Amino acid sequence: MPDKLPIRAGDDVVRVRQQVRARAVEIGFSLVDQTKIITAASELARNTLDYGGGGEATIDVLAVPKPGLRITFEDQGPGIPDVDTALKDGFTTGNGLGLGLGGARRLVNDFAITSKLGQGTQVIITRWK
Amino acid sequence: MASKSEKSRLSDIIGTHEADILAEWLRLLLASGGDTRISRGQLESQCREFLAALREATSAGNIADTMTPGFERLRTMLGDISRSRATQGFSPAETATFIFSLKEPLFARIRATHGKDGEAIADDTWTLSQLIDRLGLHTMDVYQRSREEVIARQHEEIAELSTPVVKLWDGILALPLIGTLDSARTQVVMENLLQSIVDHSAEIAIIDITGVPTVDTVVAQHLLKTVAAARLMGADCIVSGIRPQIAQTMVHLGVELTVVSKANLADAFAVALSRTGRFVAKSKAPTSTGTMTARRPATL
Repeated sequence: MPDKLPIRAGDDVVRVRQQVRARAVEIGFSLVDQTKIITAASELARNTLDYGGGGEATIDVLAVPKPGLRITFEDQGPGIPDVDTALKDGFTTGNGLGLGLGGARRLVNDFAITSKLGQGTQVIITRWK
Repeated sequence: MASKSEKSRLSDIIGTHEADILAEWLRLLLASGGDTRISRGQLESQCREFLAALREATSAGNIADTMTPGFERLRTMLGDISRSRATQGFSPAETATFIFSLKEPLFARIRATHGKDGEAIADDTWTLSQLIDRLGLHTMDVYQRSREEVIARQHEEIAELSTPVVKLWDGILALPLIGTLDSARTQVVMENLLQSIVDHSAEIAIIDITGVPTVDTVVAQHLLKTVAAARLMGADCIVSGIRPQIAQTMVHLGVELTVVSKANLADAFAVALSRTGRFVAKSKAPTSTGTMTARRPATL
């Protein structure tokens, strides 16, 4: 049963982090893997809030082909005009460090992003045990 | 005017049977959960005052609108009761029960008064039901608001309490951070630290992040800003308490902390001491109290 969490305010980012931590501990992730997926989730949840205008995170616990955690972030925001540029380190349209999106990709095993201008952005990350 | 006669009728019913209604209401309240948070005497006086105010309001005010001046006293009283219930730790249901349990004794009196006049019973019951419901909603509004006030106050208290700046030695400050580092907290942290740097003429500030569960780019950015601000005040910062898993994650994220960092507070303190021309040495004979031995300044 996937967990669906709304991301509407700063507190929701904390809630996503706590939920991801709880799931990661359940699966038996190592401390490093836990920290990686939590941090990636934190970055993407904040992006969903700050740049997507809020959205939703879905946490799935995977069992096949091996234990893992998949988190989907969805928003109905303005979308990203150029995904490749957005993934580059140091690029930001806000006032952050510009490392969140690219950093999140480096912290997980699978990373997929689809963005349609004016319709929203979906980011799916997976970390295997 | 139907409402005119209805309201005076309700007021009459309450007035005539006030003692009975009060007794019945109290019995219901006590039966719904003998509560130790509020004494019987207190509850009884609350009920009596409330009933008197209700009689007054129904005779003077416009029953259809509880926002009218006639209901002012009743609303204030209900608000006070609700607020005190909220701070005493009553649940929403328990708080709402106070007003809703009044329905039963009042409906019984309406039935008894009108005898076989079904229409009058229905009319009065409906009017009264609406009135009590509106008062119930008001109770919940106040309850919710006072709970939120409590939460907001605690939030501020936690933010201030959890960012103490401690003096480790002359010119050396430590700032142990615990919990989530968001923008609002960073602001409090920064203000506390900068003021303490001035107050203690500190040369070195150690920021310990052992208690920060997640260090993402936003936390890193907040840390870097705090360090930069401290530097402008003439104090160097050392970041300590970076756990192995956090270090690995930060490297993958691509965050570079352009600041001296140490694994734990003890090491950071040792660096701070040596930079200020001091060192900790072991005395030859261990003192009998034992715990003040050197090289473990963190236990001081």
